[in-house]
Amino acid sequence: MVLEMKGIKKSFGQLEVLRDISLQVSPGEVISIIGPSGSGKSTLLRCATFLERIDAGEISYLDVPAVTTNAQGTAEYVGNAELRKMKQNFGLVFQQFNLFPHYSVMKNITDAPLHVQKRSREEVFAEAEEILKKMDLTKRADAYPCQLSGGQQQRVAIARALALKPSILFFDEPTSALDPELTGEVLKVIRQLAEEKMTMVVVTHEMPFAKAVSNRVIFMDGGVIVEQGTPEQVFENPQQERTKQFLRNYQQ
Amino acid sequence: MSWATMLTTMGEGMLRTSAIFFLTVLFSMPLGMIVMLLRRSRFSVVRWIMKIYIAVMRGTPLMLQLLAWYFGPYYLFGMSIRGYRFTAIIIGFTMNYAAYFAEIYRGGIEAIPNGQYEAADVLGYNKVQTFFKIILPQVIKTILPAITNEVITLVKDTSLAFALAYNEMFALAKQIAASQTSFTPYVVAGVFYFIANYLVAFIMERIEKAFDYYQ
Repeated sequence: MVLEMKGIKKSFGQLEVLRDISLQVSPGEVISIIGPSGSGKSTLLRCATFLERIDAGEISYLDVPAVTTNAQGTAEYVGNAELRKMKQNFGLVFQQFNLFPHYSVMKNITDAPLHVQKRSREEVFAEAEEILKKMDLTKRADAYPCQLSGGQQQRVAIARALALKPSILFFDEPTSALDPELTGEVLKVIRQLAEEKMTMVVVTHEMPFAKAVSNRVIFMDGGVIVEQGTPEQVFENPQQERTKQFLRNYQQ
Repeated sequence: MSWATMLTTMGEGMLRTSAIFFLTVLFSMPLGMIVMLLRRSRFSVVRWIMKIYIAVMRGTPLMLQLLAWYFGPYYLFGMSIRGYRFTAIIIGFTMNYAAYFAEIYRGGIEAIPNGQYEAADVLGYNKVQTFFKIILPQVIKTILPAITNEVITLVKDTSLAFALAYNEMFALAKQIAASQTSFTPYVVAGVFYFIANYLVAFIMERIEKAFDYYQ
């Protein structure tokens, strides 16, 4: 398993956002998480990427535990140094891109491989060129984020995440901040990664995309996984009333 | 009094004024950084002490603070304050300006979107790297105009040292004006301050331009 999350619980004050969620991701799998806002989809990604600390449950990457639950039922994280190492297993693409505005496209992509992973310059730059080519951004290597369209910025963000060679890539509503016109170019890139068997978990509102690209679709609501299965099962033949209702509202 | 004598005398005063200015900048900018960090401390006691410190520094006249720093040791502890004048001036200016700089820094830090920290965190940067590589350059860009304002104010505020009978430029202008019954020394002082501030503005503008390559 690339990622294994078991019995994840997370509350913000009185509000229970994740209630006993489990998720396993095997290599090469592309999973779409859909559901209404406030259903906990984004929080689940933020917990998986350690941006939020879970209250109880287990998280492990490549069968190495990062979080375990002790006898008292509370989550225990590995030490900070180990946790930072674990972060090299995944990449996260944000809804708002979060590129570093003072770095050029090239520096955005190469800085972490150079100064976090401390890999050699030649190797990092050669790979960055290749990733840029794949993202169709070769000509914009020296541009600054403010000079790019939203779609280009998001592709740089994907390139930045890929440059660290993660085993799994998370996307948190990667097209929600984009004009419909620019959505396509980002989805195209993600689709391309799926064809290359990149392991991905995508929180999205793009139903046709989820249907076309994922191996598995997860429908979340109220902090639980209501239903999951192949895109055909979830979209064509949903079993749960809540799923049917959500998809119906979506088609209107 | 000849022009040459007046300008030489005031030139000497300008040197003392410059000493106050540069030493204050040198000490108060880093001190402001420490104050800002303590102001954002996890411990509420520390935060409150810094809040009170900033409130007092901003809420009372700098001239009063200078008098307090200079005469305080004598009135409170009966200490001799001979030869302490210049030190008191630098302490007074530094403590006052550090409070203002701290608040400017804080504004700059708090203007950085949380997403920058999150992106850095996910990419594996440690705290020190995140601060120096990602956050600080952006903070500097945002706070430069406010810093320029503060530094220009400082150039003019140096004249407050006359309250401690320190012979900086303005104090000398005042003496000459009184002895010669002339307004000219004040005009000369005004021109001096104006040129100094023009220089400050010019240099700061160049620095701002250097950060213009991104938004």
